[in-house]
Amino acid sequence: MSYLLRETAPARRQRTAFSVIVPLLLLLLAPLVPAQDKGDKPIPILTGNIGTFSFVTGGQNLIDTQINPVLLVPLGDRWLIESRAEFEGQFQRPPGGGPYGGPVDKHVDYAQVDYIANPYLTVTAGRFLTPFGIFNERLYPVWIRFLQPDPLILPIRTAPSDGAMFRGGFPVSAQATMNYALYVSATSIGIDSVDSERHVGGRMGFFFPGPRLEVGGSWQKTLQDNRKNAFGFHMSWQPSKVPMSVRSEYAHAFEGSGYWIEGAYRLSQIHVWEKAMRHTEFVARGQQFFVGAIGADAEGAFGLPGANTREADFGVNYFLRDGMKGIFSYGRQFSSTGNFNQWSFGLAYRFLIPLGPTGASREAQ
Amino acid sequence: MSSLRWRVLAALGTLVLTSSLFAGSPSAKKEAESAAVVHSSDADNMRIEGEKRFHANCGRCHATPQKFPPRMMGTVLRHMRVRATITEEDRRLILLYMTQ
Repeated sequence: MSYLLRETAPARRQRTAFSVIVPLLLLLLAPLVPAQDKGDKPIPILTGNIGTFSFVTGGQNLIDTQINPVLLVPLGDRWLIESRAEFEGQFQRPPGGGPYGGPVDKHVDYAQVDYIANPYLTVTAGRFLTPFGIFNERLYPVWIRFLQPDPLILPIRTAPSDGAMFRGGFPVSAQATMNYALYVSATSIGIDSVDSERHVGGRMGFFFPGPRLEVGGSWQKTLQDNRKNAFGFHMSWQPSKVPMSVRSEYAHAFEGSGYWIEGAYRLSQIHVWEKAMRHTEFVARGQQFFVGAIGADAEGAFGLPGANTREADFGVNYFLRDGMKGIFSYGRQFSSTGNFNQWSFGLAYRFLIPLGPTGASREAQ
Repeated sequence: MSSLRWRVLAALGTLVLTSSLFAGSPSAKKEAESAAVVHSSDADNMRIEGEKRFHANCGRCHATPQKFPPRMMGTVLRHMRVRATITEEDRRLILLYMTQ
């Protein structure tokens, strides 16, 4: 108090002005502070899925356990680094009996850098999933797919691409949006003994939000050897009044052609044991594959059947909790090399781990 | 003592200004309230639209996941924007729905 008494008038006025202006400034700037500290900035996350399945094919049991971690690292407002690895162990008893054993496959499915140039264009570089059809890019993860066995035509033109891609999606009218992907692969390595490959291709699709229908097509041309073209079509439909989903693909290439069509029906509209029914989904798939002109051994190298093949699968998925489902399915395959049953059951789980502060606890406060 | 008086006046001035900024005049308050209602209504509409877009776009491939904090959903939706080629408008509305 004594020093206040000694304070000069100008100093007093200065301090008074300071004590008024500073709170006012803080008050005026206060709304800006939460905006800066809002915590909306995306953080790196580790996501992916874990699955363990038992496939009984023609009486032979195969235990398939896999982990597919996906790393997502956003940089600034426009960049994203993303990568998915696959660790898959396939274990069988040896023919004479004994403990389960087998190879563990480890590889990187994709490691790419995305740059969101504008609302219409994203540029991708690195190793990326080849956008031929929709299964490879969108439906492959075990927690997403309706049925665990791969479609027969999945290996057609879906080896990872190493190069660059341009893609995007935008509305073309109030009733439709268009999505596209154009890519070039300088080298592609991915299916067992198949050599590296250079190719160029694209995919285009139209989505109609009203009927929730997507239709589209894919094309790819190899830039070496026989320089063959391949093409495919896809569709996806999810009626809004029924908890059902239908999707299908057709692919035609030098190594073979075929189609699959699958559907899932969620029992959420059944009013008996409602809680259990809401978590239950019936699924079915029909498919056919026609061999190409490359011979049975080469088909095998591509991961394709060596003869014309038909297959029907039925199953049930039960969603235990978010991202975790139990699966069970039965299928039968028909071909000139023999007919057999295929049973599968197991568990698929999707995880998501933040690699930075989420700001969730601050929000809770 | 005059210093004390200045300090008290300054404090009172700050208080008056602060309270007037928060409270506003009755008419300003009404405007603020109606603006808030409109804003809230807009936000609700955007959330509803976001839910529609979620089911139309994301529901084609997978079931509805739980809601995650905005900073996580921001990353997931940037990933999905590239992977599923959803539009920028869909991404914004879905992000709003999935975080509120």
